[in-house]
Amino acid sequence: MLLIACPWCGERDEVEFHYGGQAHVAYPSDPEALSDAEWAQYLFVRDNPKGPFAERWSHAAGCRRWFNVVRHTVTHEILAVHPAGRPKPVIA
Amino acid sequence: MTVDGLRRSPLGDLPETLGHGVRLREIPFLTQLNLRLAPGGGAAARVAEVLGAALPTEPNTVTDSGDLRLLWLGPDEWLIVGPDGAAPDTEGRIRTALPGEHACLVDVSANRTTLELSGPGARTVLEKGCALDLHPRAFTPGRCAQTLVSKVNVVLDQLDAEPRYRLLVRGSFARYLADWLLDAMSDTALIG
Amino acid sequence: MTQPHRLADGGRLDRSTPVRFTFDGTEYTGYPGDTLASALLANGVIEVAPSLYRRRPRGIATAGVDEPHALVQVAEPMLAATTVELHDGLSATSLPGLGRLDQASDEAVHDKMYGHADVVVIGGGPAGLAAALAAARSGARTVLVDDQPELGGALLSGHEEIGGRPALEWVEAVRAELSDTAEVRILTRSTAIGYHDQNYLLIAERRTGHLGPQPLPAAGRGRLWHVRARQVVLATGAHEHPMVFAGNDRPGVMSAAAVRSYLNRYAVLPGRRAVVLTTNDHAYGTALDLAAAGVEVAALVDTRPQPPVALAEAARRAGIEVLAGSAVVGTSGDTRIASARIAELAPDDTLRGPVRELGCDLLAVSGGWSPAVHLWSQSRGSLRFDEALAAFVPAQAAQQVRAVGAARGTYDLAGCLREGSAAGAEAATLAGFEAAAPPVPPSVGDPRPALPRPVWLVPAEEGEPATWRDHFVDSQRDATVADVHRAIRAGMRSIEHIKRYTTIGTAHDQGKAAGPTAIGVISRLLGASSPAEVGTTTFRGPYTPVSFALLAGRERGGLFDPVRTTSIHPWHAEHGAVFENVGQWKRPRYYPRPGEDMDAAVLRECRAARGAVAAMDVSTLGKIDVIGADAGAFLDRVYTNGFAGLAVGSARYGIMCRPDGMVFDDGVTVRLADDHYYLTTTTGNAAAVLDWLEEWLQTEWPELRVHCTSVTEQWATVAVVGPESRAVLADLAPDLDVSKEAFPFMTARQATLSNGIPARICRISFSGELAYEINVPSWYGLAVWEAVLAAGEGHGITPYGTETMHVLRAEKGYPIVGQDTDGTVTPQDLGMEWIVAKHKQFIGKRSFRRADTARADRRRLVGLLPLDRAELLPEGAQLIADETALTGPPVRMIGHVTSSYRSAALGRTFALALVERGRDRIGEKVYAPLPDGRLVAATVTEPVLLDPKGARRDG
Repeated sequence: MLLIACPWCGERDEVEFHYGGQAHVAYPSDPEALSDAEWAQYLFVRDNPKGPFAERWSHAAGCRRWFNVVRHTVTHEILAVHPAGRPKPVIA
Repeated sequence: MTVDGLRRSPLGDLPETLGHGVRLREIPFLTQLNLRLAPGGGAAARVAEVLGAALPTEPNTVTDSGDLRLLWLGPDEWLIVGPDGAAPDTEGRIRTALPGEHACLVDVSANRTTLELSGPGARTVLEKGCALDLHPRAFTPGRCAQTLVSKVNVVLDQLDAEPRYRLLVRGSFARYLADWLLDAMSDTALIG
Repeated sequence: MTQPHRLADGGRLDRSTPVRFTFDGTEYTGYPGDTLASALLANGVIEVAPSLYRRRPRGIATAGVDEPHALVQVAEPMLAATTVELHDGLSATSLPGLGRLDQASDEAVHDKMYGHADVVVIGGGPAGLAAALAAARSGARTVLVDDQPELGGALLSGHEEIGGRPALEWVEAVRAELSDTAEVRILTRSTAIGYHDQNYLLIAERRTGHLGPQPLPAAGRGRLWHVRARQVVLATGAHEHPMVFAGNDRPGVMSAAAVRSYLNRYAVLPGRRAVVLTTNDHAYGTALDLAAAGVEVAALVDTRPQPPVALAEAARRAGIEVLAGSAVVGTSGDTRIASARIAELAPDDTLRGPVRELGCDLLAVSGGWSPAVHLWSQSRGSLRFDEALAAFVPAQAAQQVRAVGAARGTYDLAGCLREGSAAGAEAATLAGFEAAAPPVPPSVGDPRPALPRPVWLVPAEEGEPATWRDHFVDSQRDATVADVHRAIRAGMRSIEHIKRYTTIGTAHDQGKAAGPTAIGVISRLLGASSPAEVGTTTFRGPYTPVSFALLAGRERGGLFDPVRTTSIHPWHAEHGAVFENVGQWKRPRYYPRPGEDMDAAVLRECRAARGAVAAMDVSTLGKIDVIGADAGAFLDRVYTNGFAGLAVGSARYGIMCRPDGMVFDDGVTVRLADDHYYLTTTTGNAAAVLDWLEEWLQTEWPELRVHCTSVTEQWATVAVVGPESRAVLADLAPDLDVSKEAFPFMTARQATLSNGIPARICRISFSGELAYEINVPSWYGLAVWEAVLAAGEGHGITPYGTETMHVLRAEKGYPIVGQDTDGTVTPQDLGMEWIVAKHKQFIGKRSFRRADTARADRRRLVGLLPLDRAELLPEGAQLIADETALTGPPVRMIGHVTSSYRSAALGRTFALALVERGRDRIGEKVYAPLPDGRLVAATVTEPVLLDPKGARRDG
């Protein structure tokens, strides 16, 4: 059971959150301008690193805010948490 | 019969129940208004003026204003809880503060009912199904939280240090939550 | 004489009240404070059930959770007799490695408790007590967890002194201080079974189980604690492991530490004439205590050629012969051990010199010690092999945790106290408290040990490892050196492979004792220079077995999962509705009259809706207020069709897609004001749609001025359906002009009902009939339902359930998201090209141009009419194009049935199906091969089977 620090509500158990996949994958501003391959890239292709991974979570059972987390996919250590819309922090 | 007499609360048949150091009852029909607006803006200031108290900006805290409790639900969201029947007046007063701004006020008084759990064993009862740290060092009167009790979403509001808690729960889940609380209250070793 | 092996005094027993128990049908007595195992030994019973596979005689071998042999059934199966507390009336049966599930329902109360702590200390021995004391004095919220009925750990089994007094007086003083300290919780009889991410600990507490059967409902039998700790101190001690030699599984071969525990803690003589075999200092205490208790110690066999002088001297003074540089190479006896064969070991562990045989009924063995690193490893801390200690010890921590005392290979009492004290203070400090390590009292006994000489594999007197089938590596699994040899000969090198091939470490005890031994044996057979090269297997929770009843807690029966009901539910229940589960909701499926089955009830309800008037509780639909200046623009982006242009007071049906173009949800939205839309979702998707809208608003379009508020439960909704619904509504809302002109299809009106209740009434239809949905604050739901039924009484108004709703909508070809769609279906696949806007952007639009989405041969929604008008196709049935296609595999499927019903209106059965190129097959036949072997033919039709022009709905 991960302990995730919601930027607003503080530390809560993982069951209060919904997972939202990789962070910083913006919806293309003009989907019609994309080739099929580019659109498929947006739809279906995500990173799967062994190590720090920037991902989105929503505090679904709490304040319902979306935010970003940098989680180590091997140790599950949460390295950073920041509200949606802020740039990805640099993790050494 | 007035139209109010036609109302039924989800737990209308739940008698006030005593356990070992703990008490449970339903408080039906509380006024509940869901308010969305930008914190720190003009509307927020005007709302504070008409309600006589500022909307709390510290997450998961409550401010009192007369018989209203203003609960923080999100960075731009509050639940204003008041006595039965206060909705039209309160809504009217708040609406006068909103024009010209991106704001939203919805009467959700019928969306949830309220369970009051109190007594020295109340915290232990909650701790059987709530992962939140409710120790007085972490959760005190004046704090609220949206969280899970058993598997049910609730707005938890601590009123005093007895402790007395309110659990605001959506009507469809109220029976299950009450059953769960009554079961948890049947433990003979809640205090001591 | 009762309890012939009980010492006259001593032990942690209450001798004032003997208790009676039975084992395999024979009655014995023991004392409170005994375990079942110690009481059996006191009565001279050492032998338990034979082994599972080879039926070898076996005996009690340990005094704790690492017991491999003494498994019993009490009520619960597969308990270790060494962990079962004795109580009056206990009745136990020995088990040969397999228990029997009790078929009766376990009504005992188990529950769950969440806890939060600054410092959790696991283990109540000297190191753990010192740590808890240091943490507690700082004011930190401290939890001390110990699996025994009383604190003290190894001190319960020895006679050390702390601060100039017997160590157990110090234990009692610490316990008293901790009990009196606010914010300290002592959990005894509690086993930490799991160590998860971010210091999340699972602790199984035995609350009343040790007292025997309890009258119900008393305080619960067991409790599963979920504790989140800021800091953890692991003082979990160490396990002594056995040695691998011929006949090492014989009854009477016992852990040397367990022998000492039985002597001192339980006042039991496990034997009368003993041989002690050891690789290390610890068993000297056992030998000396045995001698002091009057047991004849025939020899102390030490693998080390030069045992520590002081210890050897002490043994000799006690009249014990020390055989240095030697090992036991074999045992004999009828069942229980009668003699041990002893030989000298060369430096390379081969045997040399003559073999000596000594008579004995007890062989106390210390094959070495391994820190109990199970929880450490579960926390993902790394291990390293300490060559001097000959054991895997904690290395790098992965969480906020430290190991102290024997759990990290510190075996002397002074060291344990010092490390515990320092760790407790450190943990409290890191948790934010001002803490100092209390001064460590001086202690006597358990000095710092000299180095061991591990002997992982004592050779047989003859033969090669391939034939050593009496050298047990994991006695519970009957796995031997020969089995390990076979695994290696088969090509396995990894410990993980060898474990699975031989099953070593997979039995009830999960190899607690056998694990380190197995690693040693494997390293020897592989020719490795050290067990370090072999490594360990993965340590997984739970540390000890727990019952499913404990894991289930109170989440069983009616509390298994939330049951959601609408405000009208009491009426449904009172009127005999048969309910179905829709997600967590209980919804009326149909309302049978006496003598009716479902088919009959549904046909009647359908006839009422199509012929007169019927009513349904549709309160479960998801409802969201979408409010703000940009609400229309926002809905334009999330629905495939347009909403910004919808007139105030009007309603529109919409479909939402995911970015991949697949249907996600559908529903009707009403525009209540310029900046206010009232959006409805499917019952099952209410929360998901709200999350979806918030996700786009918060993460992609924060500039839009829109707020979404869930009002699902603010409103109760009653659908009034059928040609006579207008008349019913006119009666119900006398002030509302319900005429076709004043209140047309797809509009909404605000009205006050005749009973004074304010209502929002929408003229919308999910049945194809003239229909209205009446929305009222949910506390009025029951009153309005009853008012609707009263107003409709003269029209024969009929309540109907979800089954009739499904038939009515399917006759009209209306799909249900999640039944007729499955996440691979586009609006076009549903034949709803008309709802996909050409001249605006919305989520998913781009995907309709993808090659796969634009394929001509996609599966399309069609109707199916079985040729046999009474044949009801099963939902989920696969479809084939050609009746000859079944001759041999592969059979090409061209689609499947998604919905199938009997229709009162059509006087026959019908179905909806997704069929490849379905729109091109209209008029053709398809075939459904059924599990009973029949091939059912059906004609493909348009999905709309009733009133295709919508005259009934618009009337």
